[in-house]
Amino acid sequence: MEHQVDIHPKLYPILKAIPDPEIPVLSIIDLGVVRGAKLDGKHAFIEITPTYSGCPAMDMIGDEIKTALTKHNYIPDVDLILYPAWTTDWMTDEGKTALRKYGIAPPTDAITDKKALLGEERVIECPHCGSTNTKLVSQFASTACKAMFKCDDCLETFDYFKCLI
Amino acid sequence: MKTSNLTHYIYGIADNALILGQRLGELCGHGPNLETDIALTNMALDLLGQTRSYYQYIAKLSTDNLTEDDVAFLRKENEYRNVLLVEQPNTDFAYVITRQYFFDVFHFLLLEQLQKSTDVNLMAIAKKSIKEVGYHKRFSGDWLIRLGDGTEVSHQKAQQAIDDLWMYTNELFDLSTQDKTVIDAGYGANSKDLKEKYYAELTQTLTKATLQIPENKYFQDGGKNGVHTEHMGYILADMQYMQRTYPNMKW
Ligand SMILES: [Zn+2]
Repeated sequence: MEHQVDIHPKLYPILKAIPDPEIPVLSIIDLGVVRGAKLDGKHAFIEITPTYSGCPAMDMIGDEIKTALTKHNYIPDVDLILYPAWTTDWMTDEGKTALRKYGIAPPTDAITDKKALLGEERVIECPHCGSTNTKLVSQFASTACKAMFKCDDCLETFDYFKCLI
Repeated sequence: MKTSNLTHYIYGIADNALILGQRLGELCGHGPNLETDIALTNMALDLLGQTRSYYQYIAKLSTDNLTEDDVAFLRKENEYRNVLLVEQPNTDFAYVITRQYFFDVFHFLLLEQLQKSTDVNLMAIAKKSIKEVGYHKRFSGDWLIRLGDGTEVSHQKAQQAIDDLWMYTNELFDLSTQDKTVIDAGYGANSKDLKEKYYAELTQTLTKATLQIPENKYFQDGGKNGVHTEHMGYILADMQYMQRTYPNMKW
């Protein structure tokens, strides 16, 4: 399975402690953008993949990885890979819970969003009050990876982290 | 595969993304409402991201140490291979949406095929990009239907945009001799029935939007051979100014 990511146990806690620059409650590990972390002596080889092609956070994530590894006396080598393309399926459950607490509805299952892309309605739960009486306001929200929804019960708007499959 | 042929072919895809991305970027802060403004600039960002992936690959293929910035900012107008459609101005919102939809439908069909490229880099970029372009197409298609099937004014403006931009659609399918070499070698998007699928999808959407397919059978081309409309020079002047004024500057 392409889900299997090989992350060296010594590197794991260092990477886990690095937050996504745009959604700081989410670690880059939980976001699923770290696709490999190998260790050869003091040399750490990290592979990351962008959520979206133009994601402006990727350069920053790369820099933060380098800084963190250097601080732990490793010699970092960060590589950006495009394939296999990132999917929200790679987001961990821990990550999804963190998102909800932060006020962003986490991606639902891929099938729901695939249907939505074909024009069917999708049901997204409001992260504020849990209501499913919500509707899409805009396909694109504050960043390319999110859509904007409005809750008809608590009347708040919220971001929904779109599924990419 | 001759590198020069492959590079030529990639420009034919990447330059569309760059110039349309630049056009959409002009709308930042000028969208008709906040949501649309954000959507259009998000799409610009997607397109520029895709452009970077292609240009980085071109830079890697180059034997004279080109960088992605050289490729983006230091070519001359006649070296850009984007189609005329994407350089057309943001005349009004109906134009923006129509131009976008005309391109998105093509873009999606093209990437569907490019995913099967035997070139791993192009395959990877296509698989990544198509996920984004699916959203673009949905956005522009929804809006086109809303405009066409909306008020009298929105309908009339959408029809005007369609009538004016229609003649640029056929160029999307033009292939140079070099392009054909790349496609025949399995590196490019093999797209025999692409054109048929394209016009079928457009017809379906326009019908849904209560808009008319133009009867005009005159089509304008030239962009893919570097012969651009009068708008292109202004885009490049805006885009290349910094790099040409301050050579080798970096952000
Ligand atoms: Zn609510």
